[in-house]
Amino acid sequence: MTANDLLLEVKGLKTHFFLDQGVVKAVDGVDFHIRRRETLCVVGESGCGKSITARSIMQLIDPPGRIVAGEILLHRLASGNGGGQVEEIIDLAKLAPNSKQIRAIRGKEISMIFQEPMTSLSPVHTIGHQISQAIVLHNRVTKEQARQQTLEVLRLVGIPKPELRIDAYPFQLSGGMRQRAMIAMALSCHPSLLIADEPTTALDVTTQAQILDLMLGLQGELGMAIMFITHDLGVVAEIADRVVVMYLGLVVESGDVETIFSEPRHPYTRALLRSIPQAGSGVRQRLDSIRGMVPDPYNRPPGCPFHTRCTERIAGLCNKVLPGRVSVGEGHEVRCVLYGGQEGAA
Amino acid sequence: MTIDLIRQDESVLLEVRRLRMHFPIRKGFLRRQVGVVRAVDDVNFFVRKGETLGLVGESGCGKTTTGRCILRAYTPTAGEILYRRSDGAIVDLARLSEAEMKPYWREIRMIFQDPYSSLNPRMTLRDIVGDPLKLNTTMSPKEIEERVAYLLRRVGLRPEYMHRYPHAFSGGERQRIGIARSLALNPRLVVADEAVSALDVSVRAQILNLLQDLQEEFGLTYLFVAHDLNVVEYLCDRVAVMYVGKLVELARTEALYAQPRHPYTEALMSAVPKPNPKLRGRGKRIILEGEVADPANPPKGCYFHPRCRYARERCSLEEPVLRDLGEDHFVACHFAEELTLRGATGR
Repeated sequence: MTANDLLLEVKGLKTHFFLDQGVVKAVDGVDFHIRRRETLCVVGESGCGKSITARSIMQLIDPPGRIVAGEILLHRLASGNGGGQVEEIIDLAKLAPNSKQIRAIRGKEISMIFQEPMTSLSPVHTIGHQISQAIVLHNRVTKEQARQQTLEVLRLVGIPKPELRIDAYPFQLSGGMRQRAMIAMALSCHPSLLIADEPTTALDVTTQAQILDLMLGLQGELGMAIMFITHDLGVVAEIADRVVVMYLGLVVESGDVETIFSEPRHPYTRALLRSIPQAGSGVRQRLDSIRGMVPDPYNRPPGCPFHTRCTERIAGLCNKVLPGRVSVGEGHEVRCVLYGGQEGAA
Repeated sequence: MTIDLIRQDESVLLEVRRLRMHFPIRKGFLRRQVGVVRAVDDVNFFVRKGETLGLVGESGCGKTTTGRCILRAYTPTAGEILYRRSDGAIVDLARLSEAEMKPYWREIRMIFQDPYSSLNPRMTLRDIVGDPLKLNTTMSPKEIEERVAYLLRRVGLRPEYMHRYPHAFSGGERQRIGIARSLALNPRLVVADEAVSALDVSVRAQILNLLQDLQEEFGLTYLFVAHDLNVVEYLCDRVAVMYVGKLVELARTEALYAQPRHPYTEALMSAVPKPNPKLRGRGKRIILEGEVADPANPPKGCYFHPRCRYARERCSLEEPVLRDLGEDHFVACHFAEELTLRGATGR
């Protein structure tokens, strides 16, 4: 991997929510990176902080939440004086949520699509209006040019008869079409990173297949990186290049998709993979479930957050030490004392 | 489909025949009826005692409506819902009045999808689980409490929690509460409407295991309404596939997954993401063109023909009926015998 390949580095990111009942450490020391043009899947169950991580990158954390520590380094390619491309590195975590710099990046360099297209599109504006607004905001174009570009991008995402649909309101479109409109909006300024937060969870399987196909096709065409947040391991196996597994605000394992599925190392990843019904494994075979449930966010267990449900925990160690990141193979990192890392996280 | 199967075959608990649920579309000041939404349209199937029948399809295909018709939450527009009572007599639930229906509501219970909205936040667990007992039996408060404690223990919750309110529980625990409530009256048939869809994978596996244990222990029969084909394969003995209010295929789980006979079933199965990266790209996904037909204005002929890649002229003219291919396999496609369709196994 050359330095030029890196697009985004997240280092020790901590995003906490300061509520009356206590502090919720939604993201508590997350490290990962995204390379250009790759698909990174972030998996985890509800409440593991995967959405908050994405929103932190976009600086879209609402109070009482706040990024309390860590760096989010965006490697931006800008044209240098000599005509060649120069890389500049911006720490997004340092930017104020409504600063000029982050607003120039949000929607242009990095854009995001959300799970529920109905609630994230404005119900009182046409989709054409909403998409062209993003174009006008980030580019020097006239309204007429923006409309032309909007039509183009609607055609790109496979909306039939874009000339008619451009003036449609979100409620006039079906779920799949709405999600396409969302993708069109996200892609309108050719971002280098597209963050997709469970974009297909609310859709039916056949529509999901259409949207996944579309996203991968567009990725090949436009050459952007995708950070895909999901809880569906099937989707991960279909589209990911690399996988990050999260549990209670921590990255417990990361590696390329083949390794994660064939040689999972962390007990949580292994349990997660065992708990999904595998097609063709024969009916009525008992599922291995993870006992207990995700702990309450107000009182996170000390030490390794998974030790309360782990079958391989070591008493006196797992409940005391938060394991550090251990490399167990090329690009394969685990946070578990079974593979070393007893010295604890820095 | 065989007529009157329930009268011939002792093992059949429920037979739904030509079930039709049409919702009127009303418009204007006088609320005149301008059309109907054919939510369920001539659906036939049967459920055997002690088995789990899966009812799958995409949103809007009428699977939930079918479940609700069986519970008589809706009064069907037409059709019969034949139910075998414990004494062997057969009744048509579709024709009963609310008062006549009452004893059957004890025997047919429902588990709901959303564990958050289906429990009353102002009632304690004791009231939630004990309510059906209070309404339908003559048990004393003490007996009810004992029964609730037993049920809670059975679904894996501690009886001490009886006096707590639902907000104190997580999604998986709430689903257990809902299951305990549905079991309170020793039901014979349980309609589980997307009972595990709202749960995380690790918790989902727990609930699936629990449903299986309870089925064995109490001899329950499940009608399992779901959209997740992996879960359905895991849990169900037989599977019925619906599309725009019609039943398109009904078969034993292994047979259906190994070799579907309806093009829609094939497309549905190929669309399910397979949790194995090595199989990526193998057996290319079938991407269905266009959108699900509008049940208020369905296409002529076979409802699936505008999106079907095997469609021929006959498909747009003549509506296929659900017919028996033998070996418990029923399909509604004109060309089921000619087509060789790809299944989900070996993926």
